[in-house]
Amino acid sequence: MSAPEKQETLQERREFLKAGAVVAGAGLASGVLVFGAAHSRPPEQAATADRRWGMLIDTKQCGDGCNDCVTACNTENGLDGKTGPQDSQWIRKLNIKDLRNGRVHELPMLCQHCEHPPCVDVCPTGASMKRADGIVLVDRHTCIGCRYCMMACPYKARSFVHEPLTEQNPEVPRGKGCVESCTFCVQRVDRDEQPACVEACNAKGHQAMIFGDLMDPESALSKALKSQASTEVRADLGLNTGVRYQGI
Amino acid sequence: MANENCINQAACRTPQFLMLLALGGLVMLGTLYAFFTLEHYGHVLTGMNNQIVWGLPHVFAVFLIVAASGVLNVASIGSVFGKKLYKARAPLSGMLALAMMAGGLAVLVLDLGRPDRLIVAMTHYNFKSIFAWNMIFYNGFFVIVGLYLITLMDRKLKGYSTPVGFVAFLWRLALTTATGSIFGFLVARAGYNSALMAPMFVIMSFAYGLAVFLLVQTAMYWWNGLTLDERVQARMEKLLAVFVAASLYFTVVFHITNLYFAKQWEFERFILLDGGIYTVLFWVGQILVGGIIPLVLLFSSAARKSMALVALAALLVILGGHAQMYVTIVGGQAFPLEMFPGYAESSSFHDGVVAQYSPSIWEFMLGIGGIGIAFLATTVAVRTFKFMPQDDFHALESGKD
Amino acid sequence: MAKLADWLRLVVLAGVAAVLAVPSFQAAAGVGLPKLERGKGEKCVEDTQFMRRNHMELLKHQRDDTMRKGIRTTKHSLKGCVECHAGSQSGSVAAGKDDFCMACHVYTGTRLDCWDCHATKPGKQSFFGTGAAAGQAAASPRNPAHNQGGGQ
Repeated sequence: MSAPEKQETLQERREFLKAGAVVAGAGLASGVLVFGAAHSRPPEQAATADRRWGMLIDTKQCGDGCNDCVTACNTENGLDGKTGPQDSQWIRKLNIKDLRNGRVHELPMLCQHCEHPPCVDVCPTGASMKRADGIVLVDRHTCIGCRYCMMACPYKARSFVHEPLTEQNPEVPRGKGCVESCTFCVQRVDRDEQPACVEACNAKGHQAMIFGDLMDPESALSKALKSQASTEVRADLGLNTGVRYQGI
Repeated sequence: MANENCINQAACRTPQFLMLLALGGLVMLGTLYAFFTLEHYGHVLTGMNNQIVWGLPHVFAVFLIVAASGVLNVASIGSVFGKKLYKARAPLSGMLALAMMAGGLAVLVLDLGRPDRLIVAMTHYNFKSIFAWNMIFYNGFFVIVGLYLITLMDRKLKGYSTPVGFVAFLWRLALTTATGSIFGFLVARAGYNSALMAPMFVIMSFAYGLAVFLLVQTAMYWWNGLTLDERVQARMEKLLAVFVAASLYFTVVFHITNLYFAKQWEFERFILLDGGIYTVLFWVGQILVGGIIPLVLLFSSAARKSMALVALAALLVILGGHAQMYVTIVGGQAFPLEMFPGYAESSSFHDGVVAQYSPSIWEFMLGIGGIGIAFLATTVAVRTFKFMPQDDFHALESGKD
Repeated sequence: MAKLADWLRLVVLAGVAAVLAVPSFQAAAGVGLPKLERGKGEKCVEDTQFMRRNHMELLKHQRDDTMRKGIRTTKHSLKGCVECHAGSQSGSVAAGKDDFCMACHVYTGTRLDCWDCHATKPGKQSFFGTGAAAGQAAASPRNPAHNQGGGQ
């Protein structure tokens, strides 16, 4: 079952409940609700499409020149923080200026974890992949380093490792000759923690990033998305990004 | 020993032959040295970076692959459309196609971040990826064109050359369509994202392939002290002119279409007006050297008589082809990716600025290896097998062809 | 032509024979069996004989499960291997040719590319204690225990 179909069925199930068709829907719906409420996934259980991880970034809260999300990402994932043309950057602060009126915004740009990721479509070996819960990853075991995904990404979210690396974070393997990008800190998410960038943003008191489950209507993320207008970057491409922005 | 192998040569000229081998071998040594160095130190030694992810090696490789499929046209015209003049050239055309495809593919593979994982690329296919389809088309090309070559050269199997040639013809069209689509399917970038990429690559392959063919053919005739029959030359140079003109036509349509779409204006301004090296390469390289000058040469009355002039035109088409690949591949990436239309972007990751690319000697040595492989394979094959065109002038004269 | 082919065939055969013979030359020269340092734990996650022959299969299976499905059981995790088998001198499984992985792989002449990407040393934070550490980290996002990510 593909993700949009899944989403639709879930939606249907919820409407079922609302309509009071308890008899017909109880079995299925209770399963959904219990799963939605349960937070941790046991280590032996695979990620499923009942969840889709996403993020909402409020550019109004994103502070003046604050770079904490980037630093936290580098520390967590073992990036050296250099910004030369050949260095990896998984998240970066982007400054944008409206050419008509000069209004400026700051925002973190990272892998948007699309529902229909172009990087996954174009990857010849299937190394570029989307996990069932919506996290887009590179499987370095099958990445041949052709860089076609970097050509395809509309967000310039990916980097190629140009040099041999040592002393990696044991939880975050990285190496020469493969492409890499933001993983939503999948190693943390799998043990119910927030991505490092979100944690750093909250610690700074900016609260500009909300991370959570897009499929769970009760998550802080879903509630925020429901109550405030948000935009996708390059919405015209129809990729249904997991990362949304507000304030632009 | 070397003399025994020079079948079909009017003059063996063994010392010169060995010098050609040495030249090709030298290039290959450089390529292998560059490959092992890059394999050890990583792409940090190249000018490629996270903005320009495909550089000089891809320019050489894609040109060779496109021209490889194009050079097979000569055989197709013979086998599929039954033209005797071209049929006499079919074996040479098939051999060149294989040699150039091998060269182009080798460069693509040697430039991978993990060339040691070639086996992964051959065993894991994501069928939604046009790149994966290309790998299938490239591999199939060797099999089909190889078979085709056998049917062309083995007297007993000659009967099969028409059906196999037809399959090869369809295969090569699919292949070039897929190669163009590698760029055409890149939805996010202003320089690509166009269905026109596929047919444009097909038509360009006609021109590049025939240009390479004419150059090699001229060299072979010159080597053996022969002159190409005037009628044959006239036909082939006209065909090249038609292909070059068609390539120009597609280029014009591509840019006119872009000029009509407001969202593409910035990209067009970049390529056509203020893109620095890319603008120069487009106008001087692709249009003037690769298009207009060859057309003038081919249509001049002097070209009728001069093999050298046609070879020069072909050489210019090839040079222009490389310029076109550079503009398409590198220029398309150098133009900044627009995430927020109507906004100026800046960041530590080179957003909103034209990406800089200065190729290093390493990637040049790597890229030139493709030509090296094609050159060596051709040099040896032409000497060892019967690839010299054998024209049936009787048929030409009787006007049956 | 025929002469050349014969000659080529001979060269290729000789080359293949030489390549095949190299390991036995080493053995003949008295290269001893690799000496492996004992791991930290009481015993390995599977029988030693089984691990000798099948560790790569277990790792490959686990790698696909973890990478593609997000299954993070610890029994056959590479990180677990590194925790136990990092050498007492080097602190690594693959820093020198005496370290656990390299000792055998050098001896058998099989190249492995795990360590192009994976850390060869255990993290400062205990692998088996991630649960507790995770709780801590969640409470204090700037927890330095969490900033062990190497590379700097």
